[in-house]
Order: sequence, then structure tokens, then C-alpha cells
Amino acid sequence: MATVTSAPTPAPPAQPQERRAISLFRRDIVVRALIDSVIKLDPRVQIRNPVMFVVEVGAAITTFTWLKQVFGGQALGGYDPAWYTFVISAWLWLTVIFANMAEAFAEGRGRAQADTLRSMRQETVATMLDGSTKRANELIRGDQVVVVAGELIPGDGTVIEGIASVDESAITGESAPVIRESGGDRSAVTGGTRVLSDRIVVDISQEPGHSFLDRMIALVEGAARRKTPNEIALGILLAGLTLIFMIVVATLRPFGLFAHTVISETTLISLLVALIPTTIGALLSAIGIAGMDRLVRRNVLALSGRAVEASGDVDVLLLDKTGTITIGNRLAAEFIPMPGVSEAELAEVAQLASLADETPEGRSIVVLAKQYGIREHDMAELHAQFVPFTAQTRMSGVDVDGRRLRKGAGDAVIKFVTEAGGRPPADLQPVLDRIGREGGTPLAVARDSQVVGVIYLKDTIKEGMRERFDQLRAMGIRTIMITGDNRLTAAKIAEESGVDDFLAEATPEAKLALIKDQQAQGRMVAMTGDGTNDAPALAQADVGVAMNTGTQAAREAGNMVDLDSNPTKLIEIVEVGKQLLITRGALTTFSIANDVAKYFAILPAIFVTTWAYTHHGKGPLNVLNVMSLGTPRSAVISAIVFNAIVIPALIPISLKGVRYRAIGASALLRRNLWIYGVGGLIAPFVGIKLIDLIVHNILGA
Amino acid sequence: MTFTGWLTIFAFVVVLTALAIPLGSYMAAVYTGGRTFMDPLLRVPERFLYRVMRVDPTVEQDWKAYAKSLIVFSLAGWLLLYFILRTQNLWSFTGLNPMGFHSAPWNVTFNTTSSFVTNTNWQYYGGETTMSYFSQMAGLTVQNFVSAAVGIAVAVALIRGIASRSGHSIGNFWQDVARTVLWVLLPISFVSALVLVFQGSIQNFSHYLSLTTITHLPQQIAMGPVASQEAIKMLGTNGGGFFNANSAHPFENPTGFTNLYEMLLVLAIPAALVFAYGRMVGNRRQGHAIYATMMVMFLGAVIVCYVAEAHGSPAQHAAGLHTAVVSGSSGGNMEGKEQRFGIAGSELFDVVTTVTSCGAVNSAIESFTGIGGAVPLANLSASEVIFGGVGTGLYSILLYVLLAVFIGGLMVGRTPEYIGKKIEAREIKLVSLGILITPLAALFATALATASSAARASIDTAITGGGPQGFSETLYAYLSEANNNGSAFAGYTGYAGTFGNGAGSHGFTFTDLLGGFTMVFARFAPILFALAVAGSLAGKRISPPGLGTMRTDNGTFVVLLIGVIVLVGALTFFPALLLGPIVQGLTGHLYG
Repeated sequence: MATVTSAPTPAPPAQPQERRAISLFRRDIVVRALIDSVIKLDPRVQIRNPVMFVVEVGAAITTFTWLKQVFGGQALGGYDPAWYTFVISAWLWLTVIFANMAEAFAEGRGRAQADTLRSMRQETVATMLDGSTKRANELIRGDQVVVVAGELIPGDGTVIEGIASVDESAITGESAPVIRESGGDRSAVTGGTRVLSDRIVVDISQEPGHSFLDRMIALVEGAARRKTPNEIALGILLAGLTLIFMIVVATLRPFGLFAHTVISETTLISLLVALIPTTIGALLSAIGIAGMDRLVRRNVLALSGRAVEASGDVDVLLLDKTGTITIGNRLAAEFIPMPGVSEAELAEVAQLASLADETPEGRSIVVLAKQYGIREHDMAELHAQFVPFTAQTRMSGVDVDGRRLRKGAGDAVIKFVTEAGGRPPADLQPVLDRIGREGGTPLAVARDSQVVGVIYLKDTIKEGMRERFDQLRAMGIRTIMITGDNRLTAAKIAEESGVDDFLAEATPEAKLALIKDQQAQGRMVAMTGDGTNDAPALAQADVGVAMNTGTQAAREAGNMVDLDSNPTKLIEIVEVGKQLLITRGALTTFSIANDVAKYFAILPAIFVTTWAYTHHGKGPLNVLNVMSLGTPRSAVISAIVFNAIVIPALIPISLKGVRYRAIGASALLRRNLWIYGVGGLIAPFVGIKLIDLIVHNILGA
Repeated sequence: MTFTGWLTIFAFVVVLTALAIPLGSYMAAVYTGGRTFMDPLLRVPERFLYRVMRVDPTVEQDWKAYAKSLIVFSLAGWLLLYFILRTQNLWSFTGLNPMGFHSAPWNVTFNTTSSFVTNTNWQYYGGETTMSYFSQMAGLTVQNFVSAAVGIAVAVALIRGIASRSGHSIGNFWQDVARTVLWVLLPISFVSALVLVFQGSIQNFSHYLSLTTITHLPQQIAMGPVASQEAIKMLGTNGGGFFNANSAHPFENPTGFTNLYEMLLVLAIPAALVFAYGRMVGNRRQGHAIYATMMVMFLGAVIVCYVAEAHGSPAQHAAGLHTAVVSGSSGGNMEGKEQRFGIAGSELFDVVTTVTSCGAVNSAIESFTGIGGAVPLANLSASEVIFGGVGTGLYSILLYVLLAVFIGGLMVGRTPEYIGKKIEAREIKLVSLGILITPLAALFATALATASSAARASIDTAITGGGPQGFSETLYAYLSEANNNGSAFAGYTGYAGTFGNGAGSHGFTFTDLLGGFTMVFARFAPILFALAVAGSLAGKRISPPGLGTMRTDNGTFVVLLIGVIVLVGALTFFPALLLGPIVQGLTGHLYG
């Protein structure tokens, strides 16, 4: 008994292809962003962001003060020179503009992405089944249209008749055409893709303006963006911080007066703006838009920002075994002859029985037989008659030269030989059991009343799966394999592939129950699927990623669609989800940590002469000027300038996202606390000092 | 600094922790319906209480019902106490007003009532010149018990919200209060009063003694049931002294031993509750992390204060005074400190009493050095989360924990969760408000008091009122009242002319009312937010922790939590602190 292990090596899983990020510095994006950042100064826009609204109000008040000074009036509550008020006011406006610019850049990049998509949404005229025509944008759910080779499919729908090859490169970026056919799991087509061959009838499943492409465009443009739960929570926290700093600054004026120190309104507003979390407040919406953009670049279409955020929380990932963990089909790996039969003989019988079998299993038997030197036979030459597989017989084979050759499930073949008057050999059952235990599928082969041997069909696990599961585990995500196989088979494959758990003999109900059970235990469940029978589970899962190759039902049930139909894409989706939160958290920490340095810049400036022992002398609080900033005014200006320019400086990081590393939560927290917490404490001391060197030593403020 | 000084501090921390662990298990049992050795003794009085109050302790209350009971109970307590204090003369028939004191004016009484009902025990009056024994016992001491119990009940309710696996119930207010008083406060107070009497504290209803001292001058010595009130004053982190001198008075705090004992009483329940918390949420490490956070910040305060006081004040150095340790002198700044406690015993007591909402004092905080005096101010700025008041400390730090969890959780890329419960917009809203109220109230009241001419009278009574000292006193007064602490930086007053039997004296209406409202607002608003958080968390599913879940029971989280507490406190109060103690700490100049 020789073992042949040269089953065809499966192709490695397609590397997730990524659309290139559109450069931020494309001329049209820059120009548009600059214009937008001024248009967005509209208070009705700003009021949605309380932090920046406060800055804008401050800018308006200082501008008013400056105008008053220009026309001979006095600064409010102080004796500032007009130039000082002007400089502060100008930088406050710039702060708001920088914030707008961050958002405008993110939107601009999304818009550029959307424009590419929009260009393929050509105006097409659909031919209805009855021969009449209708404009594509007027199609409604339930319309049935005919599409022939060379035409664009006018809208999303399901193929109800015919088979065709379709070029979907417009939405997936993948140039190889795909097959779309009625029935089964490859029946969904997308509007805007092109039929390359044949003719299909499509049942339209979208309402006008809500096609896949439309939604994708709206999404990347940011038009459909709604604040996600964590974003709302963070917004509340930022508003709370803004409130407390408003009280801190407002109460500082009476405190100052008690100490015979008059603090001008301009300086108080500067202090307020420096303290409130403008950095994160300015970048918050850009972070969200950019996150969506990153997903689209990875060819994932999320139907809501909420789903993207939820993907960062996923605890459990359910994966279909077939097509995800193993390559779609089981392949013949070994011939096990019964006593008295040579291996070559078995190979020949198996090959003949499989000649007309066009299933991948059947073809793999022919391929394996070749290695035994069995030359290929031709059905027609042999005058062989094909006996197809039926659910009743659970066998297939050929009748040739009056001999009946069959292959099929063990019990079916035993029944077949018994009925033909033969007796199954004693060795048969142990072999069948062994293969089952090992996770394979045994196919018994019979020639009339004799069982000649067994074909060992093996599941072949895709390359690189173990590494991907390790990666998921490091992210804190458990993987559960779902399979229709029995427990033994499932356990074997689970072990080989490295998944954490499995659900054997799965039915759609069992899948649904598993998801509900995990959710009841407080876990967030993600699931990938493509078939119509996956739809209920996709809908129940917190994150349901439908494969673009899947059925329309599956695509509608999930809350994300992977255009590459790569089931392990979830790793990248999770990363984007986590990045979103990490970026927000890191910049919040940075923003708040910055306040310490700003206090050390502005407060000594305000209280430089407070409680001085002599007139014109400096008071005891002057020692807190640890950065030895030039003058009180240059100190305040430097703090405000730093506060403003840190926003554009951080635009790249907010658009790219802070990198997520699967190093465990505590290590990640430590790392980000060092970089953004401690870094946020130190950076402004350096930055403000450098700016003061320019403002004071060079410009003479 | 002396070896004995450091040893005192070290021994205190060790003994405190050793006591808090078993007390914590005992309290966890009390609140989770477990069996305790006190049950046989207390079941009967417990049932009796419920019958008298006509409450059903088996009703499971959601947060709104719990809050309603709490407000009703506190309001009734307020009215009763105000009535007792304003009708002091009427109760002379009990024989418990041997000195025939009149009631304090309405405004001072308003302040005092608000003060005791909110567990603040801010005192604009001197006990031995204002209060009859009846008022002290039936009025103030009752509130010392029940206001402490209310604080503990809120903490217990919040723990239940965090730990609950289903439903919206956070317990039963009446049961929590009754069990706190019977199982925890009464037994420990009883034993402690005996310890104090044994050490020399007095417990009588006598007329004040009049005698002639060795310098042939007449002196009156105040008497009273001191030991019993002293015990609950410390245990309940109340802090309202029987005498004006508070724990510096030899009848309240007679010996070095009672000094240590009283400090342990103050921290016993706040520390034990942290361990009880770990047990009640089913993960003791969670409690340990909070304990570590509190202890690190506590020790930081103790060390800074000890070093500053032992170093002496800039004025001492400017005057060329000797501040080093020599045989027979502990050196440093002994102004306003009792010789029998020394610098370590005084500053440790001061830190203990200002990190908690106790507010008892055994030394004059206003006589501390600039930096030494900044420590109690900084402690108050941290919103009483370093152990804090009984109950209040735990529920306050838990709000900070949720805030830290939110910020940290974002940084590890998951929707933040604490002990398996997701922290979402609603919780963040409540937590933010709950945390902001106290500092906002303190700043707002201080600003009103410094800006308003009506409040100037309160400051100008002090000699150095116009300078940084006056600002420190004002800021301290409202920080103390907003944090329900009750200790004072002296100088700042709301009551004038407390001589004789109280006749002819008057309160400063503005100061008394502002303080009273500050105390009530800053006590009950955070309580409502804490209960709302409890209610919001109670209904949430618990997610099992995974690799991607941020841990809240390790050193990294402790560092994050300390960072959040310090940063929130510092960013809020740094400007104000600059103008008070920091100016004083940076200069030896005396401002007139």
C-alpha cells in the first residue's frame, strides 16, 4: 500500500490587494480643501463640534476687540496693544481653519475616490424582459432585464436565467472575469459591471439611487457618515472637558483681581483655547472619514461606520470550512486496494468510474490515477455509458463492456455489491472508519459485485491559514470553524488548520444558535459567508462580512461586503476598526497631556508681576517660566501658535491612523501611553520654546 | 525628619492594610447577604428598624427608586437637624444643656445643618461655646452615623451595578443604611469610644469646670460626652469636632496612641471598602489595583508634606531660625502643631484627614509651610478619591476608573469595557458630569466669594486676609465644603461673636448660604450621577475578557488611573493653587 501525496498543490490565498491611497497633495484636492476650510467657518457648521465652536467664538471676540482698538477704543479688560490682539485673533481663526482643513482633506480624498467610482456609473438603457426599454436609473425592485455580451448590467440584482462571464473590475479592481449564473451561490450581479459573454436575465433587487455603487460613493464621500457610538462618547467627554476649562478660565479673572492682577480678555481666551482639547476636536471627524477610506481601499464596503467600529471589538470569528479554511473541494490523495486487488487495478477502475465525473473530486481521481501510469480513456471511444450521481443511489460511475463500475459512499456501495450478489470484504469497514476518523472522506469503488478498494479524499487546507489564525489569536479573536462534516472530521481539520474551536454537522439553525449563544455570553461575533443559507447568521452576527461572489441574499444580510471575496479579510477589517479607536484615544491623550506645558507657558506670563515685592519687579510666580520664554506676550502667542500648528502636523497621522500591533492590550496601552502620553507632555515644551525663539528673538514680540 | 517619624508612617500603612483586608471581607458579607458573627445580635434590632420606618427591605430598587429613598431620607434628616439646632433652648429640660446655650443664628444653623447632613462637618461655630450636649448627641452625632451610612450605601449600590449580571436592581437603600449602621458603624464606634475613654478622653454631662491655673488665672474647662462623638466623628469620616480645637484638643485626642488610633479609624472603612469591592465584583485584583492607586497617591502626599514641614518655612530660614533635628527637638516647622504628636504625627493626621472627607484636624493647617499646606489643598483638588470619605471615596474613584478605562480602552482599539461591561456614551455623559461637579462647585463658589463684597467680611477678619494667605483660606474653605471634607485653613469665617452663651452673635449670611448650598449640591449631585451610572451598568451584559481586553488589574492601569486623577485635578486647580499656597511656597516674603 503506497501513499501518494502529490495532490495538486492549492494556490496560496490571494494577497489582499489594496487600492493605492490617493495622494493628499493632488492639486485639485488641495485647492478644494483650502476653499472648503474657509466655507466651513460658517457657525452653523461649527456648532456641531463644540470644541471648535468655542475657538471660533473666541476668534470672533478677539477680532471684535482688535477692531475696537483700531478705532481708538480700549481692549476688553486689559491694556493689550492692538498688534497683540490681532496676532492672537489671527491664530485663533487659523486654528479653526486648520481643523476644517483636516476634515476637508479627508473628504477630498474620499471624493476623489468617489469620482473614480462615479465615472463608471454610465447612463445605460436597460432592455426589459418584454423587449421594452427603461432608463437604468428608473429601474425598481422586481424589474427583470436582459443583458447580453458587451452590455453593462444596469443595476444590482440576481441572475434568474442563463450564465455569463462578467467583468467586475470596475468595483473590485480585479481584472479576471468571473462567472455569474442563475441558481446557486454565484447569482448576484452588480450594477455597472460588464457582461463579457452570453446572455443573462437579471431580477433587479435595488431601488433607484440605492445601488451598490451609489452606496459606495455616498460612503467614501462622507455624505452618509453618521457618528459612531464611540465617537459620540468621546465627543461628550471632549465637551465636558471644554466646559470645565471654561469655568477654570472664567474663575481665573476674579482670582487674578484678588491678587491685584488684571488679565485681559484676549489672554483669557488664549488660555481657554490652549486648554480645551482642540487637537483631537479638530481631527475627530477626519479620523472617522479616513477610516472609511482605508476600508474602501482594502476593497471592503461597510454599510455603516458602526459596523467598522464594532469590528474592532470582535471576540469570535465564525468561518466556513469549505472555501475558507480548506480549498473548496476534497481531492483524491490515496488509493487503498482491497485484498487481492493491485493498486494499479484499483486506480484503473477508479479512473474509469470517474471519467464522466466533472466534479473537482472526480477530476482529482483521474489526476491521481495518472501517477499510476493509467492512460486517459475516452468515454466515447469506450462506448461507456455515464451513470450520474443521484441522491437516492449516492453513487456515480459508468457502465462499460457490460461491467458496472461504481464509486460512492461506503454504505451505498456495500448495498450495491450485496444486491449484485457479492459480499463486501472484511477489510473494508475498518478502512472506511479509519479514513473518517482521520478527517477524510472515503469513496468505495465497486466493480459489479466486488469491492475493489477505497479512494481516500482529503480536505486540503489552504496555505498560510495557521499564520492568519495565530494573528487573529494575538488580536484576541477566537476562530470557530463551521462545517457540515461529522465531529471526527471536523476535529481533525480544526487541529490541522489551527482554529480554536469548531461546530460540526452545522445546519443554518445550528449556526444561528451558536452566534446567539456567543452573544448571550457577551461576545461580539463576526462571520463571513456567501451562501443564501448563511444569510440569517450574517444578519445575526455583530459583524457580517458577505463575499461579493455570494448571493444577493447574503450581501444584503451582512453589514459589510468584501469585494475581493477573501474570507480572511476580516483581519484587515478588524485592524481598521481598532486603528480608528486607537487614533482617537491616542490623540485625545496627546491633546490633554499638552495642557501641562501650556499652563507653564501662559500662567507665568499672566502672573509675572503678581505679588511682586517692588513696583515693576517680577513676582514669585515668575520662576514657573521654566521654558524662559521671552516676554509674557510672546509666551501666550507661542502657546497659541503651537496649539494651531500641531493640528496640520497631525493630519497625516489622523488620516493614516495610529498603527495597530497585535501585542496584547496591556503592551499596546503601555506603548501608546509612552508615545502619546509622555510624548504629549514633553513635545509642547520643546515646540513652544522653539516658536518663542522665533516669535520673541527674531520677530521681537 | 526623624527615623521615628518615618517609622510611624510605615507602621501606619502596614497596620491599616492588615486591618482593612478582614474588615473588607466582613463588609462584603454584610452587603451580599452573607453570614457574619454579628448576625445573632443584630437581626432583631434590624427587623425592628424596618418595622418602625415602615419599609420593606426585600424590595429590589432600581437606581431611581434608590435615589428617591436617599433624597427623602436625607431631606428628612436635614429638617430634623435644623429643628433641633434652632430649638436648642427648648430641650434644656433634658438636663443636657448645662451651660444654657442659645441656638446659633439661622444662617449659621443652615450652614451647620447642611454640613452634617452632607458628611462635611464644616464648622463655623465652636462646639464648646455653641452646642448643648443634646444638640451634639441627638442632632449632630445622629447625622454623623446616617450621613456616613448614606455614602457607604451609594458605593455599595454602584458596586452592585458594576457586578450585576442581570436586571436593573441596585439593592435596597433602607436595608443598606440599616445594615451599615448596625453591622459596621455602631460596633466599631462603641469599642472605639471605650478605647478613647481608656486613654483619657472624657464622657460626662457635667457643667464646665471653673478652676484657677498655676498662673493664678481663672480658666473654664469644657466638659461633655466627648469620647462617643469622637469615635464616630473619625470612623464616619465626619470630622466635626466636639471642641473647636478638634483633634488637637487633649480630651478629643489625648495621646500619641489615640492619634494613631484615630487615623486608623478614619481610613478603616474607606480602605476596607476597596477590598470589599474586589470581593463583590468577584475579582479581588480589581480591588487591589484601586488600593494600589490610592496608596501610591496617599504616600506621595504624606512624603511631600513630611519633607516640607520638616524642612521648615521660608520665613524661618529667612529669619535664620534653627530648623534641623537636634536632641529634644524634631526641628522643622512646629508652628500650630501639638508637641505630643510631632511633625510626623501631625502631617500624617493632616494627610489622612484631607485625602478622606474627614476633615478632623490635630494641627493648624494654615500654619503649615507653603508646600506643606499645598498638600491638603492638592488632596482636596483630587476630589476625595484617595481613599476619600466612607463610600464617597470608592464611588468617586470608580467614576475616575471608568474615565481612565474609556481613554485607555480607546488606545487599545476596543470599545472600552470595565469588568466586562461596555462604557458607552450614556456612561461617559454621567461620569463626566459626576466628576466635574465637585471641582466646578469649588471654583465657582471661590470665584463668587473672592469677587463679591458681601463675602469680604469673611476674609478680612484674618490679619493677612488681603494676601495669598487670604486667597488660600477662601479657596480652601470652598474646596473643603465642595468635597464635603470640613477641615479649614482657618481665618475664613461665617460666624462672628461666639462668646458667652451665644447671645448677640451673628452669622455672615452670604458665606453661610454659599457654603451650605455648595455642600448640598456637591454632595447630592455626584451621588445622583453615581447612582445613575450604577443603574446604567446594572442592565449590561458582561463580556468575558480576552487578549484584546484592556486589563484593569495591573500596574499599567494603576499608572493610567493615577495619571488621569492627577491630570484632571491639576488642570482644574493649578491656576488657583498658584495664587495661594504656591506663591507662599515660593517666597519668604510676608504680605501684609
